[in-house]
Amino acid sequence: MHVILFALFAVFCLAGAINLLVQTHPINSALSLIVVMTSLAVMYLLLGAEFLAAAQVIVYAGAVMVLFTFVIMLLNAGREERTRGSSVARTIGLPAVVVILAVLATIILHVQGLGNTSLGQGITTTEELSTVLFHELLLPFEVTSVLILIAILGAVALARVEGSSPDDAERTGQ
Amino acid sequence: MNFLTQPVPLSWFLLLSAVLFSLGVVGFLFKRNIITVFLSIELMLNAVNLSFVTFAHQWHAVKGQIFVFFVMMVAAAEAAVGLAIIIAIFRARGTLAIDRIDLMKR
Repeated sequence: MHVILFALFAVFCLAGAINLLVQTHPINSALSLIVVMTSLAVMYLLLGAEFLAAAQVIVYAGAVMVLFTFVIMLLNAGREERTRGSSVARTIGLPAVVVILAVLATIILHVQGLGNTSLGQGITTTEELSTVLFHELLLPFEVTSVLILIAILGAVALARVEGSSPDDAERTGQ
Repeated sequence: MNFLTQPVPLSWFLLLSAVLFSLGVVGFLFKRNIITVFLSIELMLNAVNLSFVTFAHQWHAVKGQIFVFFVMMVAAAEAAVGLAIIIAIFRARGTLAIDRIDLMKR
């Protein structure tokens, strides 16, 4: 059962990632990335990370990708232009990617002591996770909320139309 | 039917993660649309998260999963700021093709 689930969703993952590269329209790429992320949530479930599976679906496949599709539709992003790209990327980038993948695969396949996983084994409950998070790692957790706040302010400041401050809007409204 | 009840080796998860990461790098290098380049970065982040969860399962370490949680939060913040930058670029230059956003090359 475990093998079937892994094989099925690994194929979904790879098909989605390859489709992301092949598609020329950004909206199709974004939708195939949603497929990848949802399949990765199933992978997390297979590895016993139930809270992360839920967070993956809600945060990544939900919130982040809604933001992406929203921006794609807002900017009315059309078909990608087919250009030859940079020669550096072709001459150095592609061989480097192949080499990195080969090295990683060789190391992973030769590493000893990696275990197995089967259904219902080694599940991390949300309780265990939150115990560690709110006892030992409380400060990083709180600092992250400040980070999110700064990100919101930065996004608003960046996306604001130049020369239209809130004061102007108030003045014209009166 | 013995095959179906076998456990899955963790190295398969790591291999999947490596392949997804490489596909993300290829997308980052060869896609010509700024939004698709950004999507490739998200794909790479997800691939690394899968490695984290796999090793957390291997060593029964809860902190590995918490690190993934933090990566998700930072990625959400990064997506918000990055998309705001993309909107600002589109307003200023009127295009999403990264070949035409070459002001700093000149």
